[in-house]
Formats: sequence, C-alpha cells, structure tokens
Amino acid sequence: MKKAAVQVDHTNPVISIRGLKKAFQDYSVLRGIDLDLYQGENLVVLGRSGTGKSVLIKIVSGLLKPDEGQVEVLGKNIATITEDELQALRIRIGFSFQNSALYDSMTVRKNLEFPLVRNRRNLTRGEIDTNVETVLDAVGLSQTINQMPSELSGGQRKRIGIARTLILNPEIMLYDEPTAGLDPITCIEINDLINEVQQRYNTSSIIITHDLTCAKQTGDRIAMLLDGQFQRTGTFDEVFATDDERVKPFYDYNFIK
Amino acid sequence: MDNTQSITKGTPKSISKLKQSFMDFFLSLYNINKFILRFFREAFVPPFELKEVIRQCYEVGVRSFTLISVTGFIVGVIFTKQSRPSLSQFGAESWLPSLVSIAIMRALAPLVTALIASGKVGSSIGAELGSMRVTEQIDAMEVSGTKPFKFLVCTRVLATTLTIPILSTYTGFVALFGGYLNVTQNEGTTWTTFIQEVFEPLTFTDFVASLIKSIVFGFTIGIVGCYQGYNSSKGTEGVGKAANGAVITAMFLVFIEEVIIVQITGWFR
Repeated sequence: MKKAAVQVDHTNPVISIRGLKKAFQDYSVLRGIDLDLYQGENLVVLGRSGTGKSVLIKIVSGLLKPDEGQVEVLGKNIATITEDELQALRIRIGFSFQNSALYDSMTVRKNLEFPLVRNRRNLTRGEIDTNVETVLDAVGLSQTINQMPSELSGGQRKRIGIARTLILNPEIMLYDEPTAGLDPITCIEINDLINEVQQRYNTSSIIITHDLTCAKQTGDRIAMLLDGQFQRTGTFDEVFATDDERVKPFYDYNFIK
Repeated sequence: MDNTQSITKGTPKSISKLKQSFMDFFLSLYNINKFILRFFREAFVPPFELKEVIRQCYEVGVRSFTLISVTGFIVGVIFTKQSRPSLSQFGAESWLPSLVSIAIMRALAPLVTALIASGKVGSSIGAELGSMRVTEQIDAMEVSGTKPFKFLVCTRVLATTLTIPILSTYTGFVALFGGYLNVTQNEGTTWTTFIQEVFEPLTFTDFVASLIKSIVFGFTIGIVGCYQGYNSSKGTEGVGKAANGAVITAMFLVFIEEVIIVQITGWFR
C-alpha cells in the first residue's frame, strides 16, 4: 500500500538530540549525534548492525543513560528528570521491541491490559475491555485475544507488541527493527501498519531498521548512521544519491543490483 | 635469574587480581544491599499488586508442596530411626518423641523447607526473571510506564516470605507424623501420648524462633532469586547462571542465617 501524505510540523520537534555520545567500555558507539524528530513525522534510522541504532532509542526511552549530550523528549531532558517524571513521560512514548517482548506468562488480553490498568487506575472493567478490543482491531488481530504469545506467529507477535504500546495512546512511537525476521509479505503488512498508526494515532516515530523496503515505505525522512554519527539525512532518494562506498552496498544488497 | 624475574613480575599481577576480586565482592555486596533497600522502599507503598502476591503465594506453595510432604515425612522417619539406638543405650527410648520434636521444630523443619524451596522456588524465580530480562520483557514493562520491580520482585519476595513459614510449619507436622509412625511401630506409643511428649519440651521461644527463622529464610530465598534473575546478564547462559546462582547463594545464606539465629536464640533460653 502506498504511504498517504502526512502533515509534518517542522517547527515543532518532539525529540531533540544534541551532541549525544555513548560508549560501552572502550568502544564508542554514538559519537556526538544531533537529531530532531518533528511532530507527525516518521523518521527512519538506517545503519549496519552494531552501529548503535537501538542504543539511540533506548536512550530516548530512558532505558540507557547517555554519556554526554542533551536528549529532550516532549520538552523534557531525559538526563535530568526525576524517576516520577520519567515514568510519566514513558506513558507518552510507545516502544516496539525487536523480538516483541510480549509477557509470555500472560494471554494477549493480559498483555494489553498490563500497562493500561497500571497507568489508568480509574478505568472500569468495561472501559478496559473496550480499549483492548479497539487496539486489537487496529492491528487486525481481534481473534487472538485469549491466546498465549507462544501460540502466535512472528508477524502476529509484532502486531500485538505494537498494539500494547498503542493502548496508552502514545505521542511518539519507537520501532526497533519492526520487520526483522519476517517474510516479505508480513514485512509489507507491518510497514502498512506503521503508516496506519502514524495516520490514525497521529504519532511521530523513529523506526530503526536495516531493511530498505521498510525505510522506503514508512520513512518521511531517512537518517543514515555511520561510524557513530549521522552521515546522510534526507528523503530516501536523497540519502542514496551518493557514491559513498559505505552507503551504496546497502542499496545494492537490498534491491539486488 | 629467570625465576627471580618471574616472581617479581608475578607478584603485582596476583595482587591486582586479588584487589579486583575484593572490589568485585564489595561491589556485589553494595548492589545486593541497594536491591534490598529498594524492595523495602517499594513493597509497602501503594499501589499494591495484591492479586499477583496471592498468585505467587499459590505458585510457591504448589511448586514445593509434594516435595516438602515427601521429604518432611522421610526426615521424620529417618531421624527417629537413627536416634533410637543412641537413646536405647541409656534405656531412654521414651524420650524419643521429645528428642524428635525438639530437633524437628527447632532446626530440621525450617532448614529442610528452606533448602527445598531454595532448589525449587529460588531457581524457578531466578530462571523466570532471567529469561524475562534476556527477552526484554522487563524493559518492555519499564518503558510502558509500569514498575517492573514492584510487580516482579516485591510480589515474589513477599510471597516467599509469607509462604515459607507456612510450608515450614507443615513440614514440621508431616515430619512429626513420620516420627510418630516409627515410634508407634516400635514402642507402641499411642497418638495422644506421642503428642503430649512432643509438645512438653517445646517452649514459646522455640515456636517464635522457628517462625522468625522461616520468615528470614523465605525472604532470603525470594530476594536472592529475584536479584540473580533481575540482574542476569544477556543470553541463555545468563539465565542458567541466574538460576544456578539463586540456588547456591540462597542455600549458603540459609546455613549462615541458621547459625546466627541459633546463636541469638540461645541467649533467650
């Protein structure tokens, strides 16, 4: 499905990163990153494995602490906010994990209810059920409500993972390798779902991937992470209109040139 | 000349290795203390996860029930059987119920329960939380604005702390029943006489000490299992290490605590 035109507000960055550095032991992963994610935008972060793409969104969600630099999410500086403020901020951010990270001891219904009942304690049973059914319907998996995660396929798990984040109506979505390990048809379905989420829930998203089809179908803007920094940023065609030997193989491999 | 050189070169290396081991030990001690303090900071502050505590209590109880029943019974029978020859040397077989009750209620019931629970419950908690850490389920809870520590750790530690004293009391009675069967078979003692002789030497201090001991053991098994699992390293190896570490550390601590509590109880007798 072709991506519908979206309204991106370039005056309103929901995530603003300046001079971000992160190292693990002696290995410097992020070496001074600057990045803005604008309201309503799907930003794809491309890069080779181990270049720190997932580290970047883990810092944005407060799972990892930056070594240096400033990370502002919805106007709050991640490094300086209190634990309670971080908790409140996280409700406004949805994080879809690479392996879905579904709670495997709970049914799909319980997985979806888990963040809802703990963050909106005044909801009635009926309202909880309605919320669960709505997000399941949004990802097209209403029939799986009473199944265990182990009974779901890879694509279904991804969808339920996304549904679990949507249940809190997040303003920002962070997708970590949404199409990794899926067949091409399911990849396209997931890409369509990402676009649908952007339209329907009016979210701004960072999509981490090395799948160029995903990048092309979902990204309003692409940022190429190479050697710990964003070397190329722009539309899909702009990013790949280069002879840079670090970028070209990406395109050639994905589109079998 | 060569030997002298290797000695002078080797000494600083071994010293730095020793220094590193000490540093690691104190660092893990600091982290465990921080983990325990976090438990007390979060466990008794609302909102409470009561449903999950009850579910975990059920899990702990059910997981260990059969094994504890069988082991408790066998401990009672074996201990009675093994003690008889020593007492019969002095013609004191009639003291057997008292001896059995003191040994079981003061030491064996809490200890046996704790050791079995360390193996069954501790390892299971370590492996479960470890695998949740590895598969990013704990991270997923964190980023969804929920408190995984409260939901996963506090509930499990509370469950082991509450359930193991109950299991321990149950083990005591099952072991006494085993002892009774052996005594009645050999000495023909009636149930009423056996029970009278069982409770005669026991004091209030014995019951309180036994209860406190079980609570401490339960807390230790829960907190060690949770600490190992919650902080497990990534990969399947991390899960195995967490489960293994939970059992070994909990068993070791249970024995240390046993010695300390026995010493303290001795001052009140």
